[in-house]
Amino acid sequence: MSSTPIEDFRQEVRDWIEDTLPSDLRVGNRKDLPRDSLRNWLKALSEHGWVAPDWPTEYGGGGLDRKHAAVVKAELKRVRAPAVRSFGISMLGPTLLEFGTEEQKREFLPPIARNRIRWCQGYSEPGAGSDLASLQTRAVRDGDDYVITGQKIWTTGADAADWIFCLVRTDPKAPKHEGISFILFPMKQPGVEVSPLTLIDGSADFSQVFFDGARAQAKHIIGPVNGGWTVAKRLLQHERSTDGGSEGGITNTPKDTLVDLVKREVGLDDGVLADPAMRQRLAAQELESRALRLTMRRAAEQARAGQTARDIGSLGKYRWANMVKDQQDIAMLALGTQGLGWTGCGVDPTQLDRTRAWLTTRADSIWGGTNEVQLNVIAKRVLQIPE
Amino acid sequence: MGLILTEDQLILRDMASSFFAEKSPVARMRALRDSRDDTGFSRELWKEMAELGWIGIPFPESVGGADMGYGELATVLVECGRVLAPQPFLSTVLLGGNAVLLGGSEALHKELLPSVCSGDRILCLAFQEQGRFAPHRVETSATSDGDGFRIRGRKQFVLDGHVADQIVTLARTASTPGDRAGLSLFVVDAGAPGVTVERTELIDGRNAACITFDDVAVGGARVLGEIDGGADILDTVFDRATIGLCAEMLGTFEEAFERTLEYLKIREQFGVKIGTFQALRHRAAHMFGELEFARSVVLDATSAIDDDRDDVAECASATKARCSDVANLIGGEAIQMHGGIGMTDEEDIGLFFKRLKAAELTLGDAIYHRKRFAGLCGY
Repeated sequence: MSSTPIEDFRQEVRDWIEDTLPSDLRVGNRKDLPRDSLRNWLKALSEHGWVAPDWPTEYGGGGLDRKHAAVVKAELKRVRAPAVRSFGISMLGPTLLEFGTEEQKREFLPPIARNRIRWCQGYSEPGAGSDLASLQTRAVRDGDDYVITGQKIWTTGADAADWIFCLVRTDPKAPKHEGISFILFPMKQPGVEVSPLTLIDGSADFSQVFFDGARAQAKHIIGPVNGGWTVAKRLLQHERSTDGGSEGGITNTPKDTLVDLVKREVGLDDGVLADPAMRQRLAAQELESRALRLTMRRAAEQARAGQTARDIGSLGKYRWANMVKDQQDIAMLALGTQGLGWTGCGVDPTQLDRTRAWLTTRADSIWGGTNEVQLNVIAKRVLQIPE
Repeated sequence: MGLILTEDQLILRDMASSFFAEKSPVARMRALRDSRDDTGFSRELWKEMAELGWIGIPFPESVGGADMGYGELATVLVECGRVLAPQPFLSTVLLGGNAVLLGGSEALHKELLPSVCSGDRILCLAFQEQGRFAPHRVETSATSDGDGFRIRGRKQFVLDGHVADQIVTLARTASTPGDRAGLSLFVVDAGAPGVTVERTELIDGRNAACITFDDVAVGGARVLGEIDGGADILDTVFDRATIGLCAEMLGTFEEAFERTLEYLKIREQFGVKIGTFQALRHRAAHMFGELEFARSVVLDATSAIDDDRDDVAECASATKARCSDVANLIGGEAIQMHGGIGMTDEEDIGLFFKRLKAAELTLGDAIYHRKRFAGLCGY
């Protein structure tokens, strides 16, 4: 299929999407999508190999080269098809392709590509947030197994997950970066307890996970024993490459634009926002998103042209986080006390979406490396200021 | 055009970079300032730049120009900005030159532009009458007088007005100050009877003039564009000039930032390099981000002109709003991070600081351009 001229291929992809994707799903990654419709779509997508279009076919992928895979991704994005919300696809899969043994790839990749196993990520711990490498969850060898004891937090989808990819300490005496292993094990077993965590926005997608004698097979360590930190960092890069002003997270994205909201709430006077300070604030925000978009595009153009460029991954994450937070700050200012309703009289769903989005986006400057960590990375790696 | 330099532009950049480093290091700008040089820039250097084809970049070949794009012009301006070269690009090429190019008759093109491209003629644009940028707030009047007009009024902050051969003058032919309508542009000879030019030396070592027009006669053939319709030309002139100025600012940002970064790596206090302090590391990282964002919007704006896109005005304001804020940030942080030494006239960083403030306030500050951007976007 990769030999098809690219524009013919694009047409093929478009036709297939047109035939397969129901119109009620063409609204992006919203949480309130019709369930049956979504399930059927994801099934069709994975059977076609397009959940992971660029993975080799022997591992359940589409077997497409980068160019063709990019066409599939772009066309799906163009019609705002809901993406597969899977840590298996976005994070674990690429990491397994790079670090997994042949046996591990054959065992884990096909079910990921067919979207059959739900994964969760066991990284953060109560005492290991930004300083992830200080994690304390222990894994002790016992025959062909490891026995796991400890606690993880901020585990997305842990209550529904079948398996976890987890960072564990296999050598407590080694320096902190050198005693960590990257291991996979099932969640549905004795010794694993999941306790949902309700956040300030009312959502409960995250959990705390407690391990007390949970078992993992030794053959499911990815990469070398005690060499998990390298694997872990690589996986984080896959995590970061999914944000940075492009896809964004999955939130209850408000249906009206910020400009529309501000115009409606603040009012226009002779075609101009009635409050000059709000006008400045909104324009500054629009200019910020414009500049971020251009900066990401410029980086992509530089990469395509093979020009050397300073790495802007951390910069993109940092500015994107600030931008989405500021957007919701402005929305709250525009709504005034109308934005404070939670339930009951006078609370309408559109406003509540905004209020929740304001709360949800507080996390954007924390997860995936806090703003402060991103600035540290820029200072050290990009500007090379000695520490 | 994209958001990256083409192969040819990269070659031009390297050429311009070595040219300015060799012929016009910051020390030369300082010497011109300290000697209170009559011209304030180097005419010889301007001629050399003309021979390289750089002055004529945005002008058509028919008037001796190189007929190239703003991508190329910006490439040269960035390097010019790096060394703070006070060459009259803004006055002669971007403001005066563009006004003549966009509004002038073929006869005016032939009369004025070849010698602009050859580096022999200096132009300026006399529009400003008060400190804050408000291009339509014009009281200077031009009244009809036979075939021509008589101009009365006073302009200030006319960049390079002290040495300009022609003064492109904005005057009111109808309506009242503040109105967009009723403005007209005239080409006035600096030596015309009734013109008084008084030099102003600016904080950044550059020069401007206060120009008084006392019943100055100007012929009808020296009107640019339509009578009462000067604002239409002015919009495009300001958009292009603003984008060009931002390219120059980008070069100044780069150099000021790199010098400051270097200082963080060598200066020691409390027994350690000050660059080890997280407070400074984070601020340096933030400056880097602003610099990269400024670069993106400048490159987008130059390609908007070159691709003849319909959003040049939005781009100009998006760019100047950003660059004005970045000028304030990088200029201020450059002084602060240099500490006491940054306050001394002897240390070059102060020259960058002052140039950035001048550029920030020239052709509209961030508040002005955010307001304009909002208006263009329908709010």
